[in-house]
Amino acid sequence: MPELLSVKNLKIEATSYPPGEPPKVVTLVEGVSFDVQKGKVLGLIGESGAGKSTIGLSALAYGRGGARITGGEVLLNGRDILKLDRSGINTVRGAHVCYVAQSAAAAFNPAHKLGDQVIEASLRHGLMSREEAKKRALYLFRVLGLPNPETFGDRYPHQVSGGQLQRAMTAMALCPNPELIVFDEPTTALDVTTQIDVLAAIKHAIEETHTAALYITHDLAVVAQISDDIMVLRHGKTVEYGTTKQVIEAPKEDYTRALVSVRQAKRDEATDQSGTLLKIERVHAGYANGFKVLHDVSMHLPKGQTLAIVGESGSGKSTLARVITGLLPPSEGRITFDGKELPKALKGRTNDELRRVQMIYQMADTAMNPRQTVRDIIGRPLSFYFSMHGAKKTERVKELLDQIEMGPRFLDRYPAELSGGQKQRVAIARALAAKPELILCDEPTSALDPLVAEGILNLLLRLQEETAVSYVFITHDIAIVRAIADSVAVMHRGRLVRFGPKSKVLSPPFDDYTDLLLKSVPEMEIGWLEKVLKTRRMESAGN
Amino acid sequence: MNLRSIPLSAWVGIAGIAITILCAIFAPVIAPYGERDVVGDIWLPAGGDFLLGTDNLGRDLFSRLVYGARTTIFVALAATVLSFSLGMILSFAAAVMGGFVDQLFSRFNDLMMAIPTLIFALVVLAVLPQHLWILILVMAVLDSTRVFRIGRAVALDVAVMEFVEAARLRGEGSLWIIFREILPNTLSPLLAEFGLRFAFSILFLSTLSFLGLGIQPPAADWGGMVKDNKDGIIFGISAALIPGAAIATLAICVNLVVDWLMKRTSSLKGGRGDA
Repeated sequence: MPELLSVKNLKIEATSYPPGEPPKVVTLVEGVSFDVQKGKVLGLIGESGAGKSTIGLSALAYGRGGARITGGEVLLNGRDILKLDRSGINTVRGAHVCYVAQSAAAAFNPAHKLGDQVIEASLRHGLMSREEAKKRALYLFRVLGLPNPETFGDRYPHQVSGGQLQRAMTAMALCPNPELIVFDEPTTALDVTTQIDVLAAIKHAIEETHTAALYITHDLAVVAQISDDIMVLRHGKTVEYGTTKQVIEAPKEDYTRALVSVRQAKRDEATDQSGTLLKIERVHAGYANGFKVLHDVSMHLPKGQTLAIVGESGSGKSTLARVITGLLPPSEGRITFDGKELPKALKGRTNDELRRVQMIYQMADTAMNPRQTVRDIIGRPLSFYFSMHGAKKTERVKELLDQIEMGPRFLDRYPAELSGGQKQRVAIARALAAKPELILCDEPTSALDPLVAEGILNLLLRLQEETAVSYVFITHDIAIVRAIADSVAVMHRGRLVRFGPKSKVLSPPFDDYTDLLLKSVPEMEIGWLEKVLKTRRMESAGN
Repeated sequence: MNLRSIPLSAWVGIAGIAITILCAIFAPVIAPYGERDVVGDIWLPAGGDFLLGTDNLGRDLFSRLVYGARTTIFVALAATVLSFSLGMILSFAAAVMGGFVDQLFSRFNDLMMAIPTLIFALVVLAVLPQHLWILILVMAVLDSTRVFRIGRAVALDVAVMEFVEAARLRGEGSLWIIFREILPNTLSPLLAEFGLRFAFSILFLSTLSFLGLGIQPPAADWGGMVKDNKDGIIFGISAALIPGAAIATLAICVNLVVDWLMKRTSSLKGGRGDA
């Protein structure tokens, strides 16, 4: 079979302008070659900065944000599209090759109806008449399983859910009948339960229309469901390239093996679950505008253990953390910490009560003052709670840096000079500096690459062993729950669905929501998607 | 930041400001005649004994320009510093405390801004005794309403960030949050605003002097000099244009520096903290 897309020895460069230094040329991608045949799907996978999106866009002969394609060939049906001039490229983009962006909410124009935007490219290229395009859009809405396909096109982007928007974007890409679609992390920003629906819809639509695709993602388990071949990328170079079966089941490279085995860690729960540290009793909470978020939530956490709170966005799990910290006083119910009831509002709590409960945020970037050095960030709780100063404080900061496996050379760095994983480690050290008994972790790993996230989880587990600190761990990821939790609380729409020791919560019989949640977590197994779609009991809400 | 990254336009601005400040400091050394001395005929043309000619009373225009830099810059700088201190403290307090305090300050600020600044200043200055410090205070209070607006907007942006929440959870007081968490992150935009406000202060002072409510004669100040010599324009005498040009030049110089600071600030957006 002839190759539809053939990329040979691709090289992409960009110029970076470091402050105070002369500009320098950075190589983003080097020596990458691959082929995609008609109707086949190639998965591009790697962590952030691996160059996967940059490579994906090269199929449209496009360099984003100053990236320049400086070497190699991109052959579409045997024709090098890099050599085309501007107008030549325009006949390719949007007609032969289409693009699906990660954030559909940002990619649609909020001022126009979805239907008009979906057929725009087809009309612009003169591929079909308005009537034909509308007919095709309707067909695609049906194939993608969108609700009310006849009237779906009359809606505006803000009137449909995130999962529907992502599918509408897929319809937009499929409408001109392209030969190739580039999917750039189409499901990454979605909840797990929504992701599975979108994934199934995309897969079905690709099969139905015989379109070839480049599927870019950082999640190997997702790509295993949808692609025929997989290319693993790291630092802009190919690590491994083979069929999906070979890469998943018999990876050749160490890096691929690490990716495959990530998220498979499991931990047995603590057997002794007495000695309660934190007790939440019948808590109701809402915001000032009268919107009620939490309804009658009760749970408890023994000393030195981990309670995982699981749920999708909007389930109220982060709100519960705000209630525990006192940022959002509950309207009813009480919170008991170490046998004593905590004052509801932050203002009513003593410094010692504040010290004992610390928090780690999802985005370490915004959780640290960009104008303070690591020394100041970690040092402040020391001087604030323990009145430490001078050499004694520096000594303790160094100790803490050792504890998070970073070392004293980071003392005078600013957050902007740290990597994502390092930032999160500094945030952990800041929490640790207060010698807390409880740390609230609000999705601390979900913004990180899988291998970095694993490092953070292992660090948290080690710190728990050393200091007997308890964690409330908020996450949407069941794999993390398996890896670290002792007890689990499942939340859905502000209510507690299920609570208990991990072994009990994660074993049947399930309620419908927990069943859906558990089955939505992609597994590193080919054919998992089809199996799940057949066996699940509940459609994810509104999608 | 290093010296080489400063663009040419900013250097021009810095040079202009430096010359003005040097004139102000070393006025008695630089000026060939005294500030109030009548040294010749009225409205003599430039050249000869008098570098820029003489004014409507026969005083040396160049000497008065040099001495005028003193009062003009001192009053404008004092008023700007004062208005910034006042505006920033109030606006940050409003942003951090929120609720009733925010409403009270913001609505009072709206009230102040609803009255045209110049008319307000004229009324107040006409009623109060004519002291230099009263002039500075009135200018500062009127200008601080603008600073309050900007300060509150910038501070609100930062106040909702998680590191501020983390500081609150630690139990930090409002003063720490204002001065240690919010201020360093809002410094760049406020610095740029400071330069702009300084230029406006010079212009405002000139306006007031021109109307006879600013610096009182015989003390020299640039705006007042324009007023003194304005009648000469009818006879084709350009003495009034010289202090006017000085005001314009200083305003442009300050703005060149401000433009550069603005550019530095906006390039920080997204990646806060280039330190």
